[in-house]
Amino acid sequence: MTLLQVRDLDVSIRGTPILAGVGFDLAEGAVLGLVGESGSGKSMTALALIGLLPEGAKVTGRADFAGRDLLAQSEAALCGLRGREIGMIFQEPMTALNPLQTIGEQVAETLVVHGAAGRAEARGIAAERLARVGLPQDRFPLSLYPHELSGGQRQRVCIAMAVALRPKLLIADEPTTALDVTTQAQILDLLTGLVAEERMAMLLITHDLAVVSGTADHVAVMQAGRIVEAGATEAVFRTRAHDYTRRLFAASAYRPDRRPAPPGGAAPPLLEVRGAVREYRLPRPAPFAPHPALRAVDGVSFALGPGESLGLVGESGCGKSTLTRAILGLDPLQGGEIRLAGQPVRPGMDPDLRTRVQVVFQDPYGSFDPRWRVDRLVAEPFHLTGRPDDWRDRVGAALEEVGLSPGDGTKFIHEFSGGQRQRIAIARALIIRPDLIVLDEAVSALDVRVRAQVLDLLARLQDSHRLAYLFISHDLSVVRAVTDRVLVMQAGRIVEDGAAEAVLTAPRHAYTQQLVAATPKIPEDWI
Amino acid sequence: MRIGFGLGVALSLAAVAAALLSFLWTPADPTALAIAQRLQPPSPAHWAGTDHFGRDIASMLMVGARTSLAVALLAVGIGMAVGVPLGLLAAARRGGLIDEAVMRMNDLIFAFPSLVIAILITAVFGPSAVNAILAIGIFNIPVFARVTRGGALSLWTLDYIRAARVAGKGAARISLEHILPNIANLLIVQGTIQFSLGILAEAGLSYVGLGAQPPTPSWGRMLAEAQTMVTLAPHVAIFPGLAIVATVLGLNLLGDGLRDALDPRLRRAR
Amino acid sequence: MWPSSLAAETPGPDMLAYLARRLASLALSLAAASVAIFAVIEVIPGDPAAFMLGLNASPETVAALRAELGLEGGRVERYLAWAGGMLSGDFGMSYTYRTPVAELVADRLAVSGPLALMALALAAGLALPVGLLAAARRGRAADVAVMGATQIGISVPNFWFAMLLVLVFAVNWQVLPAGGFPGWQAGAGPALAALILPAVALALPQAAILARVLRSALIETLGQDYIRTARAKGLGRGQALRRHAFRNALIPVLTILGMQFSFLLAGAIIIENVFYLPGLGRLVFQAITQRDLVVVESVVMLLVAAVILVTFLVDLAYAAVDPRLRHRA
Repeated sequence: MTLLQVRDLDVSIRGTPILAGVGFDLAEGAVLGLVGESGSGKSMTALALIGLLPEGAKVTGRADFAGRDLLAQSEAALCGLRGREIGMIFQEPMTALNPLQTIGEQVAETLVVHGAAGRAEARGIAAERLARVGLPQDRFPLSLYPHELSGGQRQRVCIAMAVALRPKLLIADEPTTALDVTTQAQILDLLTGLVAEERMAMLLITHDLAVVSGTADHVAVMQAGRIVEAGATEAVFRTRAHDYTRRLFAASAYRPDRRPAPPGGAAPPLLEVRGAVREYRLPRPAPFAPHPALRAVDGVSFALGPGESLGLVGESGCGKSTLTRAILGLDPLQGGEIRLAGQPVRPGMDPDLRTRVQVVFQDPYGSFDPRWRVDRLVAEPFHLTGRPDDWRDRVGAALEEVGLSPGDGTKFIHEFSGGQRQRIAIARALIIRPDLIVLDEAVSALDVRVRAQVLDLLARLQDSHRLAYLFISHDLSVVRAVTDRVLVMQAGRIVEDGAAEAVLTAPRHAYTQQLVAATPKIPEDWI
Repeated sequence: MRIGFGLGVALSLAAVAAALLSFLWTPADPTALAIAQRLQPPSPAHWAGTDHFGRDIASMLMVGARTSLAVALLAVGIGMAVGVPLGLLAAARRGGLIDEAVMRMNDLIFAFPSLVIAILITAVFGPSAVNAILAIGIFNIPVFARVTRGGALSLWTLDYIRAARVAGKGAARISLEHILPNIANLLIVQGTIQFSLGILAEAGLSYVGLGAQPPTPSWGRMLAEAQTMVTLAPHVAIFPGLAIVATVLGLNLLGDGLRDALDPRLRRAR
Repeated sequence: MWPSSLAAETPGPDMLAYLARRLASLALSLAAASVAIFAVIEVIPGDPAAFMLGLNASPETVAALRAELGLEGGRVERYLAWAGGMLSGDFGMSYTYRTPVAELVADRLAVSGPLALMALALAAGLALPVGLLAAARRGRAADVAVMGATQIGISVPNFWFAMLLVLVFAVNWQVLPAGGFPGWQAGAGPALAALILPAVALALPQAAILARVLRSALIETLGQDYIRTARAKGLGRGQALRRHAFRNALIPVLTILGMQFSFLLAGAIIIENVFYLPGLGRLVFQAITQRDLVVVESVVMLLVAAVILVTFLVDLAYAAVDPRLRHRA
């Protein structure tokens, strides 16, 4: 039975068209995956259905839900539907909850606001719903505040709030994108479990094709505000009729052409980490008790040879960012040592030593001073060597190498897209010809097709400049595509170290096995 | 909001213009006593009337503008010159002893409203415009220190600061090259706010006799002198008050307009 | 509007630790402020006794005054004596009036204190609904009107506004006294009537500031993700504002309220001049003219202590509103 039928949905915001002719069907108890890159309009579709588009939005079309046209309802009627018939969860669990209210209150509120229960009864139902999503009372009392929970746990609370009244439809807008891969697997399991038990339909919005393949019966592919292909998931994935779908697939599974690393052995390692320990002092639990210490990095050792590409994977909180900062000489170690080309690495180290390692960061939007021109930004590392007189030419050459034009040097960073900014970041990392570039989640924030291009660029540059890469990521498939060896980090320690292909197809350590198992994959025979 | 900004610019410029012009020309001599013409209502000869000594109020207002603007401006200068470096220092050494010291100093000064500081200084050194500048200026220091520190702290965690550190730059250089230019907008807006508050503060201090002393004219003192005559000749009290309101309003509107103009440009960068 | 959990919470160990830290901070601030005041009044002029008596005083008179004021002895001992005296309620003797400063201050406080409190209550009572209204009707007529009115309100010097009020209410319409204070012994009615105009003059500019701060805090809060979550649960705009945005917006408002109190005190002192009220302001200005450093020292200490105390109360209020503060060390 068709629960939701959307036809000719057009949305424009202040004159700019956002969605054009969007239409799909969703049956009761079915899961429809809406996939696309950022800017494709998938979130806007969801917001249009639930009536929460931003100010100045114009909507035309029909969205028939259980006999009513959602797009024609009054605000009061929509308030009655939201939370009761249609629930919604969002991408960022860290900010989705009111920090000043307990989780019990927030879940109970859904019930109270719709008059479904009095306050006392509502708390009882809230407890039950929270238990259902994996937060039982004995470990997670109702009086907990959001800041006392992790991201995954907060998302569970959001799910409990959304399904408190057992709605017929749950809209999930990138519910796991901000979560670790193991947490993601648990949340997706939870969602599919709820769908099955309560015969709830789900509209799952995501950019991740692998997630869709594992969870959705039907899929609709969106590009630039339109649905370009739709159908049963397996069928669409196998046939890939539309050109955009093909390109999306190709990019997801992309493996750049890489020359395998030179045979290690003979040359001395470029980067050596021996027993690195980094501790943080925590606030005292009681007035005169000693300060507890948190070991973010607990005795890490590894070596990286010249020209080698080494991956470092781990989930959030494993200590990889802390380790990275120590390797870059930004933070001191409390134990052990780090050596680059035989010399010790620490804050205040010799500028000559600094010239041998540079970095590309994750966030293309925070990586550059918005007030500086691009040429000055790319030339900043010259502070270490002294700026040569022909620096502008050198910057122009660097920009060309990363696929931009020398003239771009006079522009400001806000004139460039995310992918272009990462290219500029790479140019900046290359300008003083380091031996090692640390790539700290450098492609994680990019769309899948842009990501493929940047990975290509990185592979080419590694070849032409004989660079070593330390590639830090939480994304196993990316690491597999671009590294020779991989280290797996958990709770401050390296738990596995081996050839990338081997570790990721046949992991030996229990944690790595968990990671690999949790990573969503498109079934082999579909591709 | 454009009207507001335009009005703000106009009023602020009018005040500054009046102050500057007063050095060259005023409708009449503001110090000339003419008891025969005392308490005259506004007329073509005296645009704002005359006070209880027969002095031309319009001229007095123009000259008084000098005092208000100068005191408020210098007080902002003191606040920025001391507060901004302290804020930058505190943010660069976050959590350290310097940071703690700066925050404690801020808290201490915040406990002393500028009126109280003025009382303290005046009790020991006697009233004067300089004391008013000091009193208001000292209170401005923690304001700018706090705003600078807050703005700087939010920038220190950004990746481009890390990139600058990887490029070997130290905290001082980073504070000057990256942090300061990016909080400049914040400081400009706060500067206009403190400027307008300074004008109000100066008026209050002059009103109770702690600010500029005769013969230096001041709007606040004009109001104090007008108080006894407010029933006989309200214009003597109304015009100085209007001058204060117009100038402060102009600066506030200017500040608001600047904030709107300066912020979205940065946000649009995303 | 206030969730029942607020009332039901008993202070746990976190809250007590927080309270202890805040009290320590309070004591430290008071001590630091007292040292600063002492340094300015008693150390900078060199010899306070000579300063008070002026240039023409004979050395014997100066010596006599020094003995009388207890100015013999080193600075540290004198500071400790002064601080210790204050803690036990002894604020010294006024040189001009020859009465204990504590008595003088208590009399004046009976006017300044209620005035400040009335103004605070009026300002908060006016600002809250106005700020809420403006945020709820953002961009529409009511909001524009509020923004315009408050824009003017924050530009008006309160003592000038007071003069205008006197002109209208006391002189033209004759409904309220133009000045003076009959004393509390004349009855609460007449006493309060004398304080109404001053309190209103003080309160309106403060209310304008508070309303603007509340409005902008609410607007910022309304843009947060958890408001979107609340709407997705089925709450209407107004409900989301009242149940979620309001409490969160209180945090920046509390900050401003604390700071505004110090301005309120200063404003009260100034406004007393317009209404010829026998409050702390008159006392301290006369003391300055008469070079009665003992009175100045004590009154300034009192004013600063009041501000520090209010900051302390605001910190406690933060912890009551924001659970994250209680759990953090």
